[in-house]
Amino acid sequence: MNDDRDDRPSPEALLAEAQREGRGRLKIFLGAAPGVGKTYAMLEAAHERVREGVDVVAGVVETHGRKETEALLKGVDILAPQMVEYRGKSFREMDLDALIKRRPRIALVDELAHTNIPGSRHVKRWQDVEELLTTGIDVYSTLNIQHLESINDIVEQISGVKVRETLPDSVLSTADEIELIDLSPQDLIKRLEEGKVYVPEQARRAVHSFFSPGNLTALREMALRHAAERVDRQMVDYMRAHAIPGPWPARERVLVCIDEKVDADRLVRFAKRSAERRGAAWVAVTIETSHAHALTEAEKDRIDAAMRLAIQLGGESATLQGDEVVDTVLGYARERNCTQVVVGRARKARWFGRMGKSVTESLIEKAGEFTVVVVGGEDEDRPKSVMTRHKPQTGWRLWLGYLAALVATAAATGIGFLIDARLPIGNISVTYLLAVMIVAIKFGLRAGIMASIWSFLAFNFFFTEPRRTFAITDVQNILTVAYFLIAAFIVSNMAARLRTQIQATRESARRTTNLYEFGRKITAAATLDDVLWAVVHHVATTIHGRSLVLMPGERGLAIAAGYPPEDEIDDKSAGAADWAWTHGKLAGRGSTTLPTADWLFLPLKTGRGPVGVMGVQMTEDADMPSPAQLRLLETLADQAAVAVERTTLVADIETARVATERERLRAALLSSLSHDLRTPLVSIMGAATTLGTYDEKLEAEGRQDLIQTIQDEAERLNRFVQNLLDMTKLGSGALKPRVDWVDLNDVVSSAVKRTERLARRHGIRIEIAPDMPLLCLDAVLMEQVFFNLLDNACKYAPPGTPVKVWAIKTPKHVAIEVSDLGPGIPPEDREKVFDMFYRVNLGDSQTAGTGLGLAICRGIIEAHGGSIHAEPGLHGAGTCIIIHLPLPPDLADIKGYE
Amino acid sequence: MMPRILVIDDEPQIRKFMRISLTANGYEVVEAENATQGIEAARTQSPDLLILDLGLPDLDGQEVISAVREQSEVPIIILSVRAQELDKVEALDRGANDYVVKPFGVAELMARVRAVLRPHAAKGGDEVVKTGGVQIDLTRRVVTRDGVELHLSKKEWELLEFFARSPDHVLTHKEILKAVWGPAHTDDTAYLRVYVNQLRQKLEDDPAQPTLLVTEPGVGYRLKARD
Repeated sequence: MNDDRDDRPSPEALLAEAQREGRGRLKIFLGAAPGVGKTYAMLEAAHERVREGVDVVAGVVETHGRKETEALLKGVDILAPQMVEYRGKSFREMDLDALIKRRPRIALVDELAHTNIPGSRHVKRWQDVEELLTTGIDVYSTLNIQHLESINDIVEQISGVKVRETLPDSVLSTADEIELIDLSPQDLIKRLEEGKVYVPEQARRAVHSFFSPGNLTALREMALRHAAERVDRQMVDYMRAHAIPGPWPARERVLVCIDEKVDADRLVRFAKRSAERRGAAWVAVTIETSHAHALTEAEKDRIDAAMRLAIQLGGESATLQGDEVVDTVLGYARERNCTQVVVGRARKARWFGRMGKSVTESLIEKAGEFTVVVVGGEDEDRPKSVMTRHKPQTGWRLWLGYLAALVATAAATGIGFLIDARLPIGNISVTYLLAVMIVAIKFGLRAGIMASIWSFLAFNFFFTEPRRTFAITDVQNILTVAYFLIAAFIVSNMAARLRTQIQATRESARRTTNLYEFGRKITAAATLDDVLWAVVHHVATTIHGRSLVLMPGERGLAIAAGYPPEDEIDDKSAGAADWAWTHGKLAGRGSTTLPTADWLFLPLKTGRGPVGVMGVQMTEDADMPSPAQLRLLETLADQAAVAVERTTLVADIETARVATERERLRAALLSSLSHDLRTPLVSIMGAATTLGTYDEKLEAEGRQDLIQTIQDEAERLNRFVQNLLDMTKLGSGALKPRVDWVDLNDVVSSAVKRTERLARRHGIRIEIAPDMPLLCLDAVLMEQVFFNLLDNACKYAPPGTPVKVWAIKTPKHVAIEVSDLGPGIPPEDREKVFDMFYRVNLGDSQTAGTGLGLAICRGIIEAHGGSIHAEPGLHGAGTCIIIHLPLPPDLADIKGYE
Repeated sequence: MMPRILVIDDEPQIRKFMRISLTANGYEVVEAENATQGIEAARTQSPDLLILDLGLPDLDGQEVISAVREQSEVPIIILSVRAQELDKVEALDRGANDYVVKPFGVAELMARVRAVLRPHAAKGGDEVVKTGGVQIDLTRRVVTRDGVELHLSKKEWELLEFFARSPDHVLTHKEILKAVWGPAHTDDTAYLRVYVNQLRQKLEDDPAQPTLLVTEPGVGYRLKARD
């Protein structure tokens, strides 16, 4: 980020510019207070656009019954509001979907900070506006400065009115244009008195204190300053984007440190204002030390909330790792060119707590070039944070703890009596301390303190002089019991803290185990279905609820898996799922978008984009997941997304492999066609033209030869076409064997007959075992198998060598061998010869094959439930194709039928 | 008188070479290029034999067989392609007499034509069928092979007799089963395989490569009376 003085447009500026492309523009009419005339100004501007011929639609405009405002609405298209039912009442809300569907050039959306009635898609109206902008619609809206999140607390301080409808600063700062509607406090008060300012019923009492001249002046100042800062910033942005060389100040950065102890929200707001005033960027950091696991859920949540607030207010956030908190913070500050470090006020040193300086103190000491701003907090916030550290126990467990304190004290007293006579009094107090420690470890701080008190009393009563009274006479004994009491408190406090830490460690271990388990499960899952099943099952058991995964299908998102299995979700949930999918953010129950849906949806995202949506629903006591559960769910969702992507990647690779294979086959088919179809045609054409042209000159023998050539080549062509047809049928699955009782002899001899011409040069010997039963086969297909095998054998084996068909019945199957004494098939090719278009390269001498014959054989044999493979012949000579076919059903009942 | 043959095929080249070869063998040839013309010609030209391609442009060849059979018993030879055994069987069931697989040689076609045109074995006449060294005397119900009388079981004789009454004709499995075993057994091809095998053991020189009782894959059997 040191490119501030660079002449090139800064990448950040260009990126921001680029993100705006295709996005609608937001214009905000900003006022200091209600009644300054924002809506009126917005409508006037709208009318100007309408006059220019621009399509303007009023999505929602609150006229509050003011006549001149209502008059201005004429001439602008007004969108019918949608009625939302809530708690039996009907409310008017802006119909977002209708507006998006209508797609005007400009939409008028009054009251940007408005909170929607529950049941609407978004919690806040500005989210509706955000959606309008992303669809490319320009929006005019209005806003009172008091609604701005970052000055929310100041407004409360000034006016004493807590404003509940707030707007993230980022919305205002990303607005493309801001028009300040200014009215002097005096004029405004006059308007109020004339009844020209709308005041809601419930605010009527507060109205006069709010509309005091002092308040209004302060608010007006804030509005003016915001507008002015913005003008400044826009100027700088413009210069940056257009690479106009300085002079602009090197960009400052304010860094704010968040930890679990400080009033983080206050710090963040302060940092934001401070940065704003200086025109600086700002970043909120939190340090994760090795003790981080000891934080309670409430503490983690507070840190998370502060970091979220920082982002919402337009700052950055960073989580740093390191045990040396001060060094880590300052290192980061230096790295990011921060000039100011904001920290919370140093906590009072805790009671026998951390010795030495506080973090804040040492930060100030080491800060060097940095300005360190220490922000004070309100004291009532404090105890809250201490209290949450040790979760108070409740109910029967607490009473059990008190009981245990009593029992432990009694036991210690018993032991005390046993050793009383023999050992000095100090030993008895140690026994009591032991009891206190055990109780504190087992039952927590309260029980520990209770045990301390019981022990103190018992010790005092039974063992210090005078015995059987609570009075103490001996000065030495007074010291002993006093020390005992102090020691007992310290011990129980420490033991209880140890207990909390152990619990935290256990919790963290459970979480780690959970994640590890999940990781293991989804890594083991091979298919998408397995992964999805593992995901929904694991998530459902983790949250003790229900879980879903939705994936995009042909008709939008569809449920891909559910635990317990689920087929349908209601429309509202489906809407939330869609929203989570398209926007890549949380939606549904417990989120700020469509919170009335039954399910909460988390997007499943990876670096390559979204892969689906995970839905969860709590069934036990909780209505929505706790922040801790949500964190776990988000981690699980991340892992799940990666796993889903992994399987789809595998599928992609598989598809690519199949495509490559198909491409290879296509190429092979083409070359085969061009060669195998053309070669016989060349011979036929050559022979026919020779006969036609030189008929007279030819000898009778030569003529006969040519005629034979034509016949042979035509037959070869026919075989090839037949093979192609068979292969096509096999490939398309159209080739289903029509099995019938068949005599193997019959099939083989038909095939031999068809190969007659080729077989003439070989002696074909058929040896079929006499006990060969009738087989259940498709005679036509099997004949094709034998024809192809014999054809191959005759083609490749040298003339004069025998070709043999041999078949026997074994107890398990029928084995058939077709062997020749040809050159044989090299071992590495023995499997490949059954692939389509694969030919063992034997040089130019033998080119008659089509590379389909054996592939067809395998297809047919496998369709019959058999197998076929190649082996070397007897004594390693030639080729032997071995077919195994299943045994036919028992035919005993056939024999002897007459 | 020259037998008249009606060739129904839509391919001019095929009609041409059939016309040339059939005429050369002493037949008179009438041609039709589609089913409609063919059915008309079968009625008006009173041919002695039909050669019918199953794949015609206007109507399925099967329909032509049925249409022709409604009017006459004229023999029909169909032209079909391999791997269409079901079509062949259907055509034979509809009344076609034989088939030739495309592509075919002229010799094969002529053999079928001659077989189909030859008068059927006399019904109850004193016919003797000779094939190779085997002589089947239908009247005396005696079979000899190289002059030696063979002993056949009752079923074997019934089967052989059925073949011998239609020498050189293709007989479908169904047809044979129905005639020899009865209408209830038309699907029991296993019986047929067993008995054909037994007959071959007795009649053939090399039962592994039969030359007399030959298999028509997927369709049926044919008794070859002469080569």
